[in-house]
Amino acid sequence: MDSIFFRRRALLAGGAGLAAAAAAGRGAAAQGAPIRIGELNSYSRMAAFCIPYRNAMRMAAERINAAGGVMGGRRLEFVFRDDGSTPSDAVRVAEELLTRENVSFIAGTFLSNVGLAVADFANQRKRLFFATEPLSDALTMAQGNRYTWRLRPSTFMQTRMLVEAARGRTQKRWAIVAPNYEYGQSAAANFKRLIGGAIPGAEIIAEQYPALGRVDAGATVGALAQARPDAIFNVLFGPDLTAFVREGNTRGLFERRLVLSMLTGEPEYMIPLGDETPEGWIVTGYPWDQVEGAAHRAFVEAYRARFNDTPRKGSLLGYVTVQVLANLLNQANSLDNEVLVDTLRDLRTETVVGNVTMRGIDQQGSMGTWVGETTQRNGQGTMRNARYADGADFMFPEEEVRAARRA
Amino acid sequence: MSVEFGFLLVQCLSGLASASSLFIIASGLTLVFGVTRIVNFAHGSFYMLGAYMAVTIVPWLLQIERSPTLFFAGVLISACVVGVLGVLMEILLLRRIYKVPELFQLLATFGVVLMVQDAVLHIWGPLDIAGPRAPGLRHGVMILDQRFPAYDLFLIAAGPVVLGLLWLLMHKTRFGILLRAATRDRDMVGALGVNQALLFTGTLFLGAFLAGLGGALQIPRVSASAQMDLSIITEAFVVTVIGGMGSIGGAFLAALLIGQLQAFGVLIFPKITLVLVFLLMALVLVVKPWGLLGRPENAAGLSALPEGIMQPRGFAAAEKLLVLLAVLAAAAVPIFGDTYAIKVATEVLIFALAAFSLNFLVGNGGIVSFGHAAYFGLGAYASGLLVTKLGMPMEPALIAAPLVGGLFAALFGFFIVRLQGIYLAMLTLAFAQIAYAVCFQWVEVTGGDNGIVGVWPSAWAASHSTYHYIVLVAAGLGIFALRHVIYAPFGASLRAARDSAPRAEAIGIDVRAHRWLGFTIAGAAAGLAGGLYAFSKGSIDPTLLGIPLSVDFLAMILLGGMQTVMGPVLGAAAFHSIKDVFMPLTDHWRFLLGASIIALVLIFPRGLGGAYAALRARLSGGAP
Repeated sequence: MDSIFFRRRALLAGGAGLAAAAAAGRGAAAQGAPIRIGELNSYSRMAAFCIPYRNAMRMAAERINAAGGVMGGRRLEFVFRDDGSTPSDAVRVAEELLTRENVSFIAGTFLSNVGLAVADFANQRKRLFFATEPLSDALTMAQGNRYTWRLRPSTFMQTRMLVEAARGRTQKRWAIVAPNYEYGQSAAANFKRLIGGAIPGAEIIAEQYPALGRVDAGATVGALAQARPDAIFNVLFGPDLTAFVREGNTRGLFERRLVLSMLTGEPEYMIPLGDETPEGWIVTGYPWDQVEGAAHRAFVEAYRARFNDTPRKGSLLGYVTVQVLANLLNQANSLDNEVLVDTLRDLRTETVVGNVTMRGIDQQGSMGTWVGETTQRNGQGTMRNARYADGADFMFPEEEVRAARRA
Repeated sequence: MSVEFGFLLVQCLSGLASASSLFIIASGLTLVFGVTRIVNFAHGSFYMLGAYMAVTIVPWLLQIERSPTLFFAGVLISACVVGVLGVLMEILLLRRIYKVPELFQLLATFGVVLMVQDAVLHIWGPLDIAGPRAPGLRHGVMILDQRFPAYDLFLIAAGPVVLGLLWLLMHKTRFGILLRAATRDRDMVGALGVNQALLFTGTLFLGAFLAGLGGALQIPRVSASAQMDLSIITEAFVVTVIGGMGSIGGAFLAALLIGQLQAFGVLIFPKITLVLVFLLMALVLVVKPWGLLGRPENAAGLSALPEGIMQPRGFAAAEKLLVLLAVLAAAAVPIFGDTYAIKVATEVLIFALAAFSLNFLVGNGGIVSFGHAAYFGLGAYASGLLVTKLGMPMEPALIAAPLVGGLFAALFGFFIVRLQGIYLAMLTLAFAQIAYAVCFQWVEVTGGDNGIVGVWPSAWAASHSTYHYIVLVAAGLGIFALRHVIYAPFGASLRAARDSAPRAEAIGIDVRAHRWLGFTIAGAAAGLAGGLYAFSKGSIDPTLLGIPLSVDFLAMILLGGMQTVMGPVLGAAAFHSIKDVFMPLTDHWRFLLGASIIALVLIFPRGLGGAYAALRARLSGGAP
């Protein structure tokens, strides 16, 4: 991306909400009835991701409010709730937010099954649901509905980014290791479907699906090594990933093998790897220390100053979420959920990561992620040669979306 | 060929390393159960604390010098700290509740689990923490052309060493001899003048120490994370049960079996590791009802007087009024409450039916089920699948829910009711986990872990208030019918079978058939509750069959009072309200939920229903 162009755009952006603020006058505090948005997420169970996410949302909302709010001077307020990490709890919490807290619409959720259940609930209640984190393709494809929009790149998009990064390589024999639940299974299915297009003649020679959170690393690494693959596609994350990497390092599983790995470059999962971070894996992630663009760097500095911690992938997502929502409210200038949903269709927002468009056909945001190689610096994992992969280039083909969403 | 053999050998060694780790943890659990008869859910928390202590203490020690000695000193210190925490739990909590029903102790330890989870998040933060590797054991060792971690070789040795030390302790020290005696007959040990409080404190120290040791030894392999408690506890239970509760040798054998099963299972069935261990447990329990090396005991988890409903009394005039008021209140919610109030009230009614059906088993039949959510979930799946896959309307789908719940209860119950006590409870858990795994894994039909959405009521029942009345009628009739059965001769026969199976047999009651039928009826009622729940949520997913929901049901009947007939209804309302109040307040709602469970256990050791019964007895001047 042309960096001068990028910087100028970023300067213009710095939060679309700020644009309204500039008009209202510098430092003018927001007035009028506040706009309340319900945010439900797994703050308790998925705290490593969700707490930084909430931090950044609060920071973004404060900045917007300090600069004059949204919709001509109204305060933006988030009502945060734990979703209990189960679909049944989440649906009840969503009901509580809509009924008791009088929120205009709801946002959030982390786990895919929770996201899908809340999406269906939103459809039933005809209220907007801005899904931020759940990755399941089904959310915007087969089970998509008018009221559900997703910001973060889906499983398919992230798999496709990795596969594209492997284009031109010569490794033919692939092994897959993925956690045994929907995210792992659909990442594996996407990979099987795409890899042949990037590396002609590639075949899958071994697959391992350990139960989420309880990988038997020794047995799994042994089984993978025995298949003698040229390359490995990994979908494990969190504690499973640490155990897998340690066992693999000791047993030499990754030596002279290409590894593609989902999410491994996100600080949430990279920090625990520490000095065990493998060298040269191609991963999706968030190298916050290497981002380009003045607005993004300003966000990183502000976050570090405010919370005395480095930003995580969750932080970035939280901040971008608020920027998109503020822009949505300013554009729609209404809290009618039908108007909001119509305004979201192909809505463009200048965010700290650049332009994010909510594609109308599958209601998927074009926010991207970074693809690069893992490496170590001072005993800590980081990424090198990382570049931002714009989500717009990796979405489902339009005809496929039409076929999937017709039902 | 030699390469092939080398691989098999290394895979086998991997299995042995896992087995060793598992044994160290499970040996503590089996010891504590053997002596105190407490099914200690908090054992997994001790394991987690051991790992967190170690990732804190060991790096600090390694700064002094990177030596193996300091590494293992750090591991032992961590385990000791956890042992002391175990002592604290015994003195502050367990000691106060040895006299209450055993299930109540289980519930209290579950409260500890919830509190520790949040405390760990608070103290150590949400990020996983990777510990240092053991100095001198970082490398891999070449075994027949395969590289194998040196640390795993150490672990393989550690298991038998712990086994040997425990054997010495049990056979060569007075404390150990007392432990064994208490495992065999704890009342006799007490009668002989042994200081039981000290014995129990020592046992808890040893048990927590072993769990902490297991966790601390894992830090070179896995990172410390806030989810590691629940991932280990089920496996530790499986090991102790397969081995025979209270048998350390049995635990060792079972750990070996499970380690090898997983090491080679991933080669043949890479997708079903989730359920493999539970299949093994079900198989072992069907063939050997006391586990591999457990011994049939007169006690078998029922060392005290039978617990549960003793003499069901009919409603007095005041209670008839209370019931009427409760029904009127439930009926009035849609008139005075908002949508959310209706939704919560609907859920309370559904849970009341599920909890009532569970207490029909536990309180009335003495059949403790750890897997009651299975029948609830299967009912929900039956309804959900009929509506979404076959396009049936809500009404027949709701009728199918109790039928399917009952059908599976009959199928599983056939094997379950042959067992007793804790083994029976663990078999219900195994079947529930197998059902869970099928719903989780059979993606084409069940939608896998994402579940299926779009399970909404028919148009005429779509409004929250109409559906609330449907639930009120269905759940009310279900509870009424079950209550009737408790008072009928069939219910009395179940109680007789619970209190003394041989005497019940002697007067001509077919105990097994009665228990089987009772299990089926309870399953059908839970299935109906599940079907109602599916339509109230609009979706089904495997969490409806999961262990957490089964534990919630247990918590409801215990809070309500398993000795009372109507207590579970009260318990369902109380439990759901507590959760509902705390969840919006704070991220640390699990801590508050755990604390309130423990508070209720301490204040109302016979549940809310029991407290009411005591109050009524005092008011009327009669004996309780």
